[in-house]
Amino acid sequence: MRTILLACAAIAPLAAAPMIAQQNRAAAKVAPADDIEILHVHGSIYMLAGAGGNITVSAGKDGVLLVDTGLAENADMVLAAVQRLQRQLQVKEQPVDLHWGAETRGTLQSSLNPIGPAKPIRYIVNTHAHPDHVGGNERIAKAGRTFTGGNVAGDIADAGQGAAIIAYETVLNRMSAPTGALAATPEGAWPTDTFHQESMKLSHFFNGDAVQIVHVPDGHTDGDSIVYFRGSDVIAAGDLFVMTTYPVIDVERGGTINGIIDGLNKMLDIVIPEFRMEGGTMVVPGHGRMSDGADLAYYRDMVTIIRDRIQTMIKQGKTLEQVKAAKVTGDYDPRWGATSGAWTTEKFIDAAYKTLAPKSAPPKPTGTTKKKSQ
Amino acid sequence: MLVGVSSGAQQYPSDEEVNTQATGVDLSGEWTPVREEDNTGNTELGDWVGIPMNEAARLRAMAWVASIQTLPEWQCRPHAVSYISRGPSQLRISKEVDPVSRTVTAWHMEWLRSIDKPVYMDGRRHPSENAPHTWGGFSTGQWIGDMLKITTTHIKEEYLKRDGVFHSDRIKVNQFLIRRGNYLTYILVEYDPVYLTEPLIRSTEYVIDPHQNIPPYPCNVVEEVDRPKGIVPHNMPGTAQYYADVKDFATRYNIPWDVVTAGAETMYPEIQAKIAAGRAKNAPAR
Repeated sequence: MRTILLACAAIAPLAAAPMIAQQNRAAAKVAPADDIEILHVHGSIYMLAGAGGNITVSAGKDGVLLVDTGLAENADMVLAAVQRLQRQLQVKEQPVDLHWGAETRGTLQSSLNPIGPAKPIRYIVNTHAHPDHVGGNERIAKAGRTFTGGNVAGDIADAGQGAAIIAYETVLNRMSAPTGALAATPEGAWPTDTFHQESMKLSHFFNGDAVQIVHVPDGHTDGDSIVYFRGSDVIAAGDLFVMTTYPVIDVERGGTINGIIDGLNKMLDIVIPEFRMEGGTMVVPGHGRMSDGADLAYYRDMVTIIRDRIQTMIKQGKTLEQVKAAKVTGDYDPRWGATSGAWTTEKFIDAAYKTLAPKSAPPKPTGTTKKKSQ
Repeated sequence: MLVGVSSGAQQYPSDEEVNTQATGVDLSGEWTPVREEDNTGNTELGDWVGIPMNEAARLRAMAWVASIQTLPEWQCRPHAVSYISRGPSQLRISKEVDPVSRTVTAWHMEWLRSIDKPVYMDGRRHPSENAPHTWGGFSTGQWIGDMLKITTTHIKEEYLKRDGVFHSDRIKVNQFLIRRGNYLTYILVEYDPVYLTEPLIRSTEYVIDPHQNIPPYPCNVVEEVDRPKGIVPHNMPGTAQYYADVKDFATRYNIPWDVVTAGAETMYPEIQAKIAAGRAKNAPAR
């Protein structure tokens, strides 16, 4: 139940906090936030569950990179979980090799202090702008320290303060506001590094991974990104792929069902199973359990089949009410549907229909129009 | 026999009474299925008799077309744990032994085309709900006398039968292995809150076959059908094909449609009266 409620928080508008978002936040508070679960995915990558949206973590000798930061009220719990993870990793590290006489320092000191200071959080990547994924940005970014960017290393004293926050450009637009207007989120939560192209890459390996951030247009929102850790072979999917509900389509913020399907297929293009269509490239969904390509394929199949049914009925001239009456999701409802909560089956069909139906023609200009003289 | 399992307290101690130190019997070996009417291997479209399917499961089966298995993501999949013992496949059971205590710490079960299914006997807990699911699931075992009870969770969504009848990834399967000399009875009790209205209970009989060797099953994904990217084959509701495929079974075997779609009712002997009544109603007037 909690995961469903948290998944639904994803559609909460950023600016005014309407009742739906308040309800979900209340639900999140009621849930024991101190049990954030750490699951190892592959290589340097971990999944934190229980903070709102799932958080994907790269942890190692380069420091920490987080994909999303959960709900604001869980930020301290996330930081505690990251520290717990780092301690576990340090304990796992191999003991220092025995040195020999020509070494300039002995090993006794390191044996007295086997656990060194944890490396800071360097980067946050936001998959989209919803509060259950960016809520912890400000608190967590402040706790971090990034590598300085561009050509400013060493020239500007505060260039490395706080973790860098990376996102597609529209995420910044959603979270900020033009000068003089009230922003949806505090400035400290805003992305510090945005991109406009179809993808961007970190300029160096991070904990052994090449990190690629790929934008998916018009999917869950208009600012979605997936993050691919090429090495550990893990995709952080954001809310383009959730294991708890039908896909949440935030139509008001540019989401479409076809964009969701494009995103799912884009991820399937990356996925290579380890053996018998299982394992290999792992996928961390925006909500719900850890997944692989087979889970992703099932979800893609389900969304595509439902899309095809709605699309066909639209072509036949059916109204939204007729589509709903036809129970186009009947075979999948017991697993993915909901009749209550913020993201119901009905709302999913509404959103899918709305984004598939041909746009109505713009209203004809009123007033007199002069006929051309013949 | 199946009734005996569901009311196991008559024959076996309850779970609470299980002696966890019991070593049970040796299950390892090469087992080959004994063919009988309940284990006929491949199935037919629309053969839903004996499965407690709900309406959603039926709708899904009607929309299913075999062509979906030509998609690259569907090729090379193994049979999942809830299906494979029902297929025409041999079974190999091997054991993992602690070298010091010489106790069995895990059984490994392997069928044709399936991946290894370890059954842990060391008392470990099942993973969290957020852990990934696999075709074989996560299994733990305990002895109830000389019967091994296996509890399997974390199973991927997959078919119960190869005609579009699916279980969800929320399924839990209890299995009971009973060895009687050269014979092994394998019973599955499957609980799926998504697609089943009652537990589905099935059994398979195996006989030991010391000459058997389960062959390897290499597989490469190929482009089986030249189709545009993004197509997912399925029967569209309202089309003739949507009903034709599944109704063919009922027509061919003269089983009334309301019997085929009766779900859990079809598991019990009383369904025979409904079949007879339906046939009488449908019989041509003389």
